[in-house]
Amino acid sequence: MAEILVEKKNKNIGYEPILDGIPDWPVYQLSKNRKEFLEEVTAKAIEQIRLLRPSRKQLIDELEATVFREQNRLKRNRWRVDPKDEPKFWSRIKNDLIELNTKTAEEAGKKEEEILYEIVHRYANEIAGSFKPSSYRFAREVIKFWFVRLLNGARVKKFGAYFRNQYSLRDKIHIVGKVKMLRKLAKEGTVVIVPTHFSNLDSILIGWVIHSLGLPAFLYGAGLNLFNIKIFAYFMNSLGAYKVDRRKKNLPYLETLRMYSNLALQKGAHSLFFPGGTRSRSGLIEKQLKLGLLSTAIEAQRNLYIENKPDAKKIFVVPVTLNYHFVLEAPELIEDYLQVKGQDRYFAEEDNYGSFQLIKFMFKFFTKGSSISVSVGPGLDVMGNYVDDDGNSLDANGQIINPREYFMTGGEVTIDKQRENEYTRMLSSRIVSEYHRINRVFASHLVAFVAFEMWQRKYPKLDLFGFLRLPEEDLEIDYEEFKAMFKKVRKEIYNLKDQGKVYHATHLKGEADIIIRRGLDNVGIFHLKRPLLRNKKGNIVTQDLNVLYYYHNRLVGYDLEKLI
Amino acid sequence: MTLRSSSDKPIGVIGAGNFGTVIANIIARNRKVLLYARDEKVVKKILETHENRGYKMSKNVLPTSDMEYLASQCDVIFPIVPSSHFRTVIKTLAPFLHPYHILIHGTKGFDIKLQKGETIETVKTLSRKQVRTMSEVIQEETVVVRVGCLAGPNLAKELAQRQPGATVVASHFQEVIQTGKRLLRNDRFQVYENNDLVGVEIAGVIKNIIAIAAGMLSGLGYGENAKGLLISRGAVEMVYLGKVLGGDTKTFLGVAGIGDLITTCNSPMSRNYTVGFRLAKGEKLKDILEDMEEVAEGVNAIRIAKKCSEYYKVRPLITDTLYKVLFEGMTVQDALDYLMRYPLNVDIKLT
Repeated sequence: MAEILVEKKNKNIGYEPILDGIPDWPVYQLSKNRKEFLEEVTAKAIEQIRLLRPSRKQLIDELEATVFREQNRLKRNRWRVDPKDEPKFWSRIKNDLIELNTKTAEEAGKKEEEILYEIVHRYANEIAGSFKPSSYRFAREVIKFWFVRLLNGARVKKFGAYFRNQYSLRDKIHIVGKVKMLRKLAKEGTVVIVPTHFSNLDSILIGWVIHSLGLPAFLYGAGLNLFNIKIFAYFMNSLGAYKVDRRKKNLPYLETLRMYSNLALQKGAHSLFFPGGTRSRSGLIEKQLKLGLLSTAIEAQRNLYIENKPDAKKIFVVPVTLNYHFVLEAPELIEDYLQVKGQDRYFAEEDNYGSFQLIKFMFKFFTKGSSISVSVGPGLDVMGNYVDDDGNSLDANGQIINPREYFMTGGEVTIDKQRENEYTRMLSSRIVSEYHRINRVFASHLVAFVAFEMWQRKYPKLDLFGFLRLPEEDLEIDYEEFKAMFKKVRKEIYNLKDQGKVYHATHLKGEADIIIRRGLDNVGIFHLKRPLLRNKKGNIVTQDLNVLYYYHNRLVGYDLEKLI
Repeated sequence: MTLRSSSDKPIGVIGAGNFGTVIANIIARNRKVLLYARDEKVVKKILETHENRGYKMSKNVLPTSDMEYLASQCDVIFPIVPSSHFRTVIKTLAPFLHPYHILIHGTKGFDIKLQKGETIETVKTLSRKQVRTMSEVIQEETVVVRVGCLAGPNLAKELAQRQPGATVVASHFQEVIQTGKRLLRNDRFQVYENNDLVGVEIAGVIKNIIAIAAGMLSGLGYGENAKGLLISRGAVEMVYLGKVLGGDTKTFLGVAGIGDLITTCNSPMSRNYTVGFRLAKGEKLKDILEDMEEVAEGVNAIRIAKKCSEYYKVRPLITDTLYKVLFEGMTVQDALDYLMRYPLNVDIKLT
C-alpha cells in the first residue's frame, strides 16, 4: 500500500472552554427544565397552529390530514427508532376525530383542543433532546479517545502505538477561519452554526469541533434516521441533539419543530442545523437551503427585540464549510441524485449503514490518512450582514447598523410573516455565497474537476447522462495534457482566492506533479472502484465516472468550466 | 398610539422632475410630503409660487434641498430621478438611510457597471452581472432592503389633470406594496400590485425602446395597422428579452407590461415617442437629445438591451434595428423596410 501524503502537522493549539462548568451552559439549563420547556413549546406551537388555521373546519381538516399521513407513514416507512405505540396512538386519535361529529359544539371544541395538545406534545417530546452532563462528558471522552487511538495506532506501526499521543486529532481535522470570532460571539450572544452537509459523519465531527473550540455543547438538529444507528443515537443524544424527522411534513409537526428551535434560541441555547436539510446528494455545495429552521433564527431575534427592547441579545449565524477528500456514501448519494435528476424516479429514504459499517469506515478513515477541513466563516447577523468581533452589525461600508430597525414599521418592532419569509430567503442566499467563499479546495477536488471537465469536453454532443454511460475504456487523458490543464485551473483558484472568493488547502501549493499525485491518491480513496488513477502508461483513467462526477461537483459554481 | 406616530410622518419624494412632481402631488392628497430638489432655485420657486414645471403644487408639499433632513423625517421615500443620475443620488442619500426605511422608486432604466477604461461604446456584450435595475442599485448602495418600484401607464400630464390612471407597485414585500397603495390610491388612480419586482422594472425599460419605434412610425405617417403590428411584436420582444434578464412572462402581459407599452406607444406626449418621431422627420439624434429637457431613457436602453441580447444570444429584432438607426446610420425608412421584410412566420410562442 502506497504511503499517503499527509499535510503538515497542524500548529493549532487547544482552546480553553469559554464557560467554566457545564451547569452554566444554556443547553444544560434547557434540559434541566425540560418539562417546563416542553410545555412552553407545546403551548406556543398550538398558538401558532391556531393562527395559521383560524377556523374550526380548517383545524379539523389539518388534524385529519395529519392522522392520515402518519398512518400512511407507518404502513410504508417505519424505522427502528419509531416508538412502539405509534399505531395505537394514531388510531385512537383517528377515532377521537371521528367521534367529534357526535358531540355538541361545546364538547367538540374542548375535545379538539385536547387532541391538538396531545399531538403537539407528543411531537415536542419526540423532538427534544436529553442533554445529560455525565453522558456528555463520557461521550466526549470516548470519541476523543478512539479518534486519537486509531490515528496513532495507524501511523506509528509499532507495538504499543495505540497508546501514544504522537498525532492528535488536530493533525487530521484542520479547523481554519474565524475561530476566535466564533468564540467571542458565543459569549456576546447566541450562535447558530450552519454547516454544509455531505456525510453522516458530519454530525459527530461538528460535535467534536464545537467541543474542541472550547464552546459549550450546541443544540443540534439531527436527522431522525441517524438515530436508527444505535451507536450514533447514543452519542448524539448525549451531545445535545434534537431530532428532525424528514418524513413528517404535516403542519403540527413542522410548527412544533420550529417552535422548539425558536424558543431554544430565545433562551440563549447555541444551536446548529444543516440548512441543506439533507446530505448533498450531488456533491455540490448547497445551493438551496431549507428555510423552515433558518426562519426560526429570524423569528427568535424579532421576539427578543420585542421583549427586550434595545438591549436584546443578538443571534449570530455562522456558516461552516466541511471538506473531505472522501465521502463514505458518495456512490449511493450520486446514484440517488442521478436517478432523481435523470429519470424522474424517486429514491427511497433508506440508509444502508448500520453501526458496523460505520466503525469499519472510521477505522479505515483514521488509519489511511485523508484529512478533513472545517472552515469557520465570519459571523453574520440574522439579516446576513457581517458582524465585527464585538457582534456589531456592519453595512457594506463598514458602518455599524442596528438590525432591530429591519423589523420596525413606524418606529415600532412589528411582526410581519411575509416580510420575514423574504428575510429568510435573503439570509439563505447569503449563507450559500459564504459557503462558496470559505470553501477550501483540496487537491483531490481539483484533479476530479479537471479530469471530468476534460472528458466531458471531448464529447460535446452528449448530454450528461449520455456521457456518464460511456465505457470507462474510452476515457484516458495524456498525463502531460492533464498537468497543463491542472496548472491552469489551479492558477485561477489562486486568483479567486486573492479576490476573496474561495480558499484552498495549504497542500495545493507546490510542484504540480506532487500535488496531482496527492490528489489522485486521495480522491475517493476508500471506494471499491477508484474514481481517478494513473494507468501503466502514466495516463489518467477512471474506474467510476459517476463517483468522479460527484467529487468534481465540489468545484462547480466558480465558473472554472470556462477554462477547460 | 403607534399608528398615529407613523401616519404623522411626512413622505419623501426625491426628484422634482415631471413625474416626481406629479407623484408628490398625488401623495399629498393623503399625506404631508417633503419634495427634494437639488437646485435651491427650484425650492425657492415652489415656496414662492406653489408651482413647479407648470404644475400647481399642493399645500401639503414642502420642498427642500436637504437630503439628510428628508431622510430623518421620512420612513418612506420615493426616489424619482433619471436613471443616469440614480446611483449618484442614492449614494448621496445612503449615509442617512436606516434599515427601517422603505424606498419605492419610479425610475425606468438600467444602470451598468463597467470595468475601468470601458465605456458603453466600447464594451461588446453585457451580462446581467453588469446590468442593474434601480432596485438592485438601491440594495447595493444602501442598507435598505424593503424596496419597491412604481411602473405602469402613468403619463405625468394626464395624472396631473386628474384623468383616470393606474400604476403598479411592485415589491417582494407585501408591506411595501400596501404602503404604496395606501399612499397613492385615490378615486381616480388605481394601484395594482405585483411581486415580480425585477420583471416590472425590466418591462418599464423595454417599453421605452418600443416607444421610440412607435414614434418613428408616426413620423413616417403610417397608420394604425402598422402600430398594432409594432405593439404586438414589441410585446413579444419584451417577453423574450425580459425573460433572459430575469423577469416573469406574466408580468409582461400585465398592466406594467403591455398596459404601459400601449399607453406609451400611443402617446405623442412621451419623450421616447418624440425621439422616434423627430428621427423619422430627418433630425439627427444628437440634436434631438440636446434640446430635450428630460432624458429619453429609451435611447440608453437600446444600447444596453442590444449588448445584453448579444451576451444571452437572443435576437430582439426591433431593438437591433433601432440600434442600427441610432448608432450606425441606418435610415428610418430602411429600418422599417427591413422589419417588414424580415421573415417571421411564427406569431408568438410563450412556452
